[in-house]
Amino acid sequence: MITESIRKVGSGTIDMIEGTGRFFVFLFSGIFNIFTFPFQLWKIIEHTWFMGARSMGVILLTGTFTGMVLGLQGYYTLTKFGSEGMLGSAVALTLIRELGPVLTAIMITARAGSAIAAEIGVMRISEQIDALETMDINPVRFVFSPRLVAALISFPLLTALFDAIGIFGGFITGSWLLGINAGIYIYRVADSVVMADITGGFVKSFAFAITVTTICCYRGFFTHLQTSGGFGAKGVSSSTTRAVVNSCVLILILDYIITYLLL
Amino acid sequence: MKKEKMEFYVGILMIIGLSCCAYLIIVLGGANVINKNDYRVFAYFSSVAGLKAGANVEMAGVEIGNVISISLDMERLLAKVELGIRENIKLAEDVLASVKTSGVIGDKYINLSPGGSEIFLESGDTIFNTESAIDIEALVSKYIFGKKEEE
Amino acid sequence: MTSPLIELKNIHKKFGTNHVMQGVDLSINEGEITTIIGKSGTGKSVLLKHIIGLMHQDSGKITFSGKDTGTMTHKERRAFKQRFSYMFQENALFDSMTIYDNIALPLSEKAVFPRDIIRAKVKTRMEQLDIGETASKYPAQLSGGMKKRVALARALVTEPDIVLFDEPTTGLDPLRKNGVHKMIHSYQKMFGFTAVVVSHEIPDIFTISQKVAMLDKGRIIFQGTPEEIMNCEVENIYSFIHGKGDVEFE
Repeated sequence: MITESIRKVGSGTIDMIEGTGRFFVFLFSGIFNIFTFPFQLWKIIEHTWFMGARSMGVILLTGTFTGMVLGLQGYYTLTKFGSEGMLGSAVALTLIRELGPVLTAIMITARAGSAIAAEIGVMRISEQIDALETMDINPVRFVFSPRLVAALISFPLLTALFDAIGIFGGFITGSWLLGINAGIYIYRVADSVVMADITGGFVKSFAFAITVTTICCYRGFFTHLQTSGGFGAKGVSSSTTRAVVNSCVLILILDYIITYLLL
Repeated sequence: MKKEKMEFYVGILMIIGLSCCAYLIIVLGGANVINKNDYRVFAYFSSVAGLKAGANVEMAGVEIGNVISISLDMERLLAKVELGIRENIKLAEDVLASVKTSGVIGDKYINLSPGGSEIFLESGDTIFNTESAIDIEALVSKYIFGKKEEE
Repeated sequence: MTSPLIELKNIHKKFGTNHVMQGVDLSINEGEITTIIGKSGTGKSVLLKHIIGLMHQDSGKITFSGKDTGTMTHKERRAFKQRFSYMFQENALFDSMTIYDNIALPLSEKAVFPRDIIRAKVKTRMEQLDIGETASKYPAQLSGGMKKRVALARALVTEPDIVLFDEPTTGLDPLRKNGVHKMIHSYQKMFGFTAVVVSHEIPDIFTISQKVAMLDKGRIIFQGTPEEIMNCEVENIYSFIHGKGDVEFE
């Protein structure tokens, strides 16, 4: 009885270490295979279209409303101190440092990450990944590397879009609805943001791009190994759920760590 | 057909995304992409408390350059500030550099008051007339805490 | 004189408590068609996957031209894989790609051939298999038999030396089934490739194969020519070949 439970702890630990190792081997082999010939240019364009271009609508929408609500909340807080003129810097700094990269990454995870995990999961259970292996095509290179490049292109661009549109959203509430002088808002935005904030935001979005794509591809790719969620279609659904949950949690944890390191 | 459509949308993403990046980096981040042709002069201050690299250098309220770097001169134990001044601005030899604050709690910047000399500074020269930062925090706290003690 | 190209020696494989391979010994001769028969669920697909290296044995040895696959270097393994093609039981077509792209994939991912040569090769295969007009369709739009032929075209497009067929004719009508058999046979004559076929088409498959092996309960219980197995008197082999006797469902 006791030995049984001790054995369970042991096998759990071994599984965890194996999983971590597999994850990093997967990640590094994906990165390495970006640079192997022949380059998969057309597939990169295709995935950029799927991950980036098709996410623009949802980013525009969420960005505008995030900026607007920041403007609203910021206004009522700042007005207590009589410094509603600072609204521009409050909105811009919050967006560029934190909300822009984090919310963009979460939106892309929800829109594209789940689809990636499901697609690769189906490829795994219908033996398509085995088929690649029998054709002597490296499956990691085939399914992961182009998506990684596409994410590294899409995430920063969409984050920049989110920031810009969010600042405009803050402008809508601050200036059009609540009557802050437009010139002061714009001046405060430009004045308070320094280069370090922007590079910090981009560092975050690159880190999130790698994290989200790796987790989503990894979960799909090894659908067959995690049997706790079920087999077949159930297995795919469980790896999709796990991919999204793990990505979102890790985005927030990583956000804290990067902020801590940058400050 | 599908291929062209895809390329079109990726193109749109690139154009909009990159212009947003450019807006963030150039307009908000204030990266000096355009004004690279400036010359350097040095100024020594007894205190530059609160001044940061990248702060503005102004003359009559107009921005004419940036603070490039701040370091401590080991021999004289003074703050050595390196200023990058736009090429088309000529500074007289007896120009006065002073550390100022925008507003009461705003950022520190360097103000240059024009001198009357006929001789102009060249790159690498040093400004002799300087005026250090007024320590507003010390003044204010003296005022506030001094008052409190009286009550 | 034929020599064994692939040899399996005492292969054991367990999935949890399920002991699927219990010491399989099998030799596959160069330039021959070897057919593996046996009841469903006896691990015929597992055996094929061991040969190509999709699964790894718990113990035992697989040699390829006398070389142990377990001790091959990375380079040797790639060279070895390039000589193989594998046709999956459930086709394993890429359902997000068109039929043309599916068949062209093993060639186009390698950047060895220029595009027009790839197109010519794919086109020939498609015409030979009577699927020429499906090029721009997707696998989901095809019938089961069509998919099978697409998978076959994909397996043969690289002109491999060794082809492993996992039930290539299941789900085809008798006419097309014979067509596939004939095609395997004629290609085998033409290119001289080595084939391993897992099949339930008894006795049709015997007409094209030079060697038959029967797998039962994790062991090879028979290896020999088609004539030998047809005349075999051992009880369970006889009843399996001639479709007699009762099936015990466990």
